[in-house]
Amino acid sequence: MTGAIVAIVLQLAQLGLVLVLAPAATGLVRLVKARLLGRRGPPLVQPYRDLAKLLRKEAVMADNASWVYRVTPYIVFALLWLAAALVPTFTTRLPFSPAADLIALVALLGSARFLQALAGMDVGTSFGGIGSSREMMIATLAEPAVLMVIFTISLFIHSTSIPSIAEFVLGSEVGIRVSFLLALISLTMVAIAETGRIPIDNPATHLELTMVHEAMVLEYSGRHLALIEAAGMLRLLFYLSLIAGIFVPWGLAESGAGPAIAIGVAAYVAKTVGGSILLGVFEVSIAKMRVFRVAEFLGGALLLGLLGAIFLYVSTGT
Amino acid sequence: MIGRIEFDIAHALSASVLLLSFALLYQRRVSGVIEAFALQAVAVAAAAAWQAFTQDAPHLYITALIALLFKAMVIPIALSRIVRKLGMHKTIETVLGVNLALLAGVGLVALSILLVFPATSVAAVLTRENLALALSIVLLGLLMMITRRNAVTQVIGFMSLENGLVLAAVGVKGMPLVVEMSIAFSVLIAFLVFGMFIFRIRERFDTLDLQYLEAFRGDHQSERS
Repeated sequence: MTGAIVAIVLQLAQLGLVLVLAPAATGLVRLVKARLLGRRGPPLVQPYRDLAKLLRKEAVMADNASWVYRVTPYIVFALLWLAAALVPTFTTRLPFSPAADLIALVALLGSARFLQALAGMDVGTSFGGIGSSREMMIATLAEPAVLMVIFTISLFIHSTSIPSIAEFVLGSEVGIRVSFLLALISLTMVAIAETGRIPIDNPATHLELTMVHEAMVLEYSGRHLALIEAAGMLRLLFYLSLIAGIFVPWGLAESGAGPAIAIGVAAYVAKTVGGSILLGVFEVSIAKMRVFRVAEFLGGALLLGLLGAIFLYVSTGT
Repeated sequence: MIGRIEFDIAHALSASVLLLSFALLYQRRVSGVIEAFALQAVAVAAAAAWQAFTQDAPHLYITALIALLFKAMVIPIALSRIVRKLGMHKTIETVLGVNLALLAGVGLVALSILLVFPATSVAAVLTRENLALALSIVLLGLLMMITRRNAVTQVIGFMSLENGLVLAAVGVKGMPLVVEMSIAFSVLIAFLVFGMFIFRIRERFDTLDLQYLEAFRGDHQSERS
């Protein structure tokens, strides 16, 4: 009985942890970028302040906005929150763990994206339409690559559940696998595309020709915008913890014991900080690419996933 | 017998060489191609040094040193000087689209795996993997030479092909140093010849696009102008 209570408490802790950590991760990426560009940059708490400010403000809506437009922020936020809370962040023993399946997570993110694209077109402004169409283009290219990575991993581990993948990587002497290396690079490329980071989309721009995600949510204001922004931050954290959970699971608590949990939380925070800094450095060192080169970028990700699957057969020697 | 983790590192290094072969195909700028090539040479040097360490074969350190010195430094610097001197276009004209070239590249990797497997069924799994990687790097170098019109990028394709050969050679036990030295020097000579060739093409056609060579029948220069 106490075991069940502990599990529920841990799950709630994870729900809270991702929500608290998500704006900080985004803030850290911005801070790293600003410092590298020679600016002082906003403090780490700035995203929290932004969200708090937006929550206080009135939500203005277009006259012809339908219910799709109104419910989208809530659903998108809930889907992303759920996705981020399903990935094992500091422990693999959570009551939701059986649901933390890679394919289910892809489906969660896919439905969030679908709703956002619908909402972008709902009011009927041209920017929303452009944003939605570009977002869907990126999604159609990114999803095959994600599935390829999932196939590679699940062929090797015989499971698509993230906790068991993490436990497998933790428990065996896998070493450095060629397929895993390729899958890691492929998944990172997809994550960059999906979170709208720099070579694909610029999260800080409102320049009409280049924006993708920002164009789609341009009509939102007030608490709706706060939810959408928070969902974007959760998406970034989700990908950070997904990559950390699959490829560098060291430090994850495999039991519900206190010290293990403490180590797990510390390791998770450290991994998130490391990932955010790496992302910031990467973004500063690269220029945004044209929208039509996105196909090449994500095509490359797909091919790397494919190569990973091919090399899996070589190394297992069948 | 050598432990697993050492093989894993060797393979990871070979795989990064292969990845950089794909990066060569993906790049669209001449400077980017040269940088990717220099990185590839560094990866080859690392792979050779690692093999020298695990096989306890000191002469492979010389291989690594040659790769690091010539292919990661001298040749890229010389090539970028040529590019700057000739004021070439910054972008690369491709025969195939980048995506198609990458797709063809994956096909070639699959092909080399299919080729290596039956041929080395008795060999250890790990040697096979190394050979498959090396063969695919060689084939990708060939693909790069086929799909690029620019003479400089063709030179780089040739050099990355040679990287694949070195990788194959260091993976098996006991490559004599004489062979390695002669390969290294022949590549250097080839580079010099290519350099001369590039200047000559440029002199005659005012471009490094090799498709002009196809229509050229060896007329004398004065007749042409």
